[in-house]
Amino acid sequence: MSESAPECILAGKIRIRRVTEPDLEQVISLDARVTGNAKPDYWRDIHDRYATRRLDERFFLVADVEEDKTGRSLLGYIVGEVRGWEFGSEPCGWIFAFSVEPGTRQQGVGEQLFQAMSDAFKSAGIRTMRTMVARQNQLHMAFFRSEGMVAGPYIQLEMDIDDEIAD
Amino acid sequence: MQKSSRLAIYALVELAANPDRQVSVAEIGEKYRVSAHHLAKVMHTLGRAGLVRSIRGVGGGYSFSGNAKRTTLLDVISLFEDTSGECKLTDSSAATSVEWVLFDVMCEIDDIAKATFGAITISTMLKQTERRRKPAGVGVGAGAGAAASRPAR
Repeated sequence: MSESAPECILAGKIRIRRVTEPDLEQVISLDARVTGNAKPDYWRDIHDRYATRRLDERFFLVADVEEDKTGRSLLGYIVGEVRGWEFGSEPCGWIFAFSVEPGTRQQGVGEQLFQAMSDAFKSAGIRTMRTMVARQNQLHMAFFRSEGMVAGPYIQLEMDIDDEIAD
Repeated sequence: MQKSSRLAIYALVELAANPDRQVSVAEIGEKYRVSAHHLAKVMHTLGRAGLVRSIRGVGGGYSFSGNAKRTTLLDVISLFEDTSGECKLTDSSAATSVEWVLFDVMCEIDDIAKATFGAITISTMLKQTERRRKPAGVGVGAGAGAAASRPAR
């Protein structure tokens, strides 16, 4: 289930900070390499909405490392926001995007991003964090579990509506 | 989950929590209120899988020899139960719509269970155990000897 040993041992100190416009290309690139699906328009929109407005409840954080020699300094990102009263839920912190550079995993990058997001939500007065993980995504499932996340009181449901469109 | 799988998980968490210590079957059995005989069989299976190693003689016992960050609950359960099979519908050619719908529900539950067991490592179990641990003398949930149910969330 787990990753093999990291390909790149991080020499510098990991820093967690808010995303800036120049980071966006690296975010887009990391997401494309990990998911196999480049979505530049999506990420530009996410940047506009989560890095420029309502910053007290929207958090687009990135991890980078000082003294990086590869020229690719961005190590990962996490995006979340405070959402309230959806289906009666008290305001909670929603994590909806998360990724760590594959070659640098298992060195605490994800954990620091997760912790920083947790701290950001706490500072916004939030006591519960939620996320959604694909069942077959064992890497993310195992990571969030190891950080203490468990199944919550909501169940995600969906249906295929292709037939209805055809009718 | 079968009893052997549960005992195996208890034992692995116990041993992984004390990696430098040899722990006897009797000690684990007493702590989890299970027979040493049953536990010995479980430990033998874990030994063959390379998850524990046994040291014979005085002061001997078992120690954890697996990788706590890589070993999932599903890995352990798979040693004792058949988890590889797909969710199956007996006699699918003659199955009615109701049988198919119930089959789908059972597959849904099965998939979620497998995904959950496959995502929780022994290391995560140790972390969760630590978080749940109460100060000495304070029980978790119901009082000693009482059946406990999970509180509604």
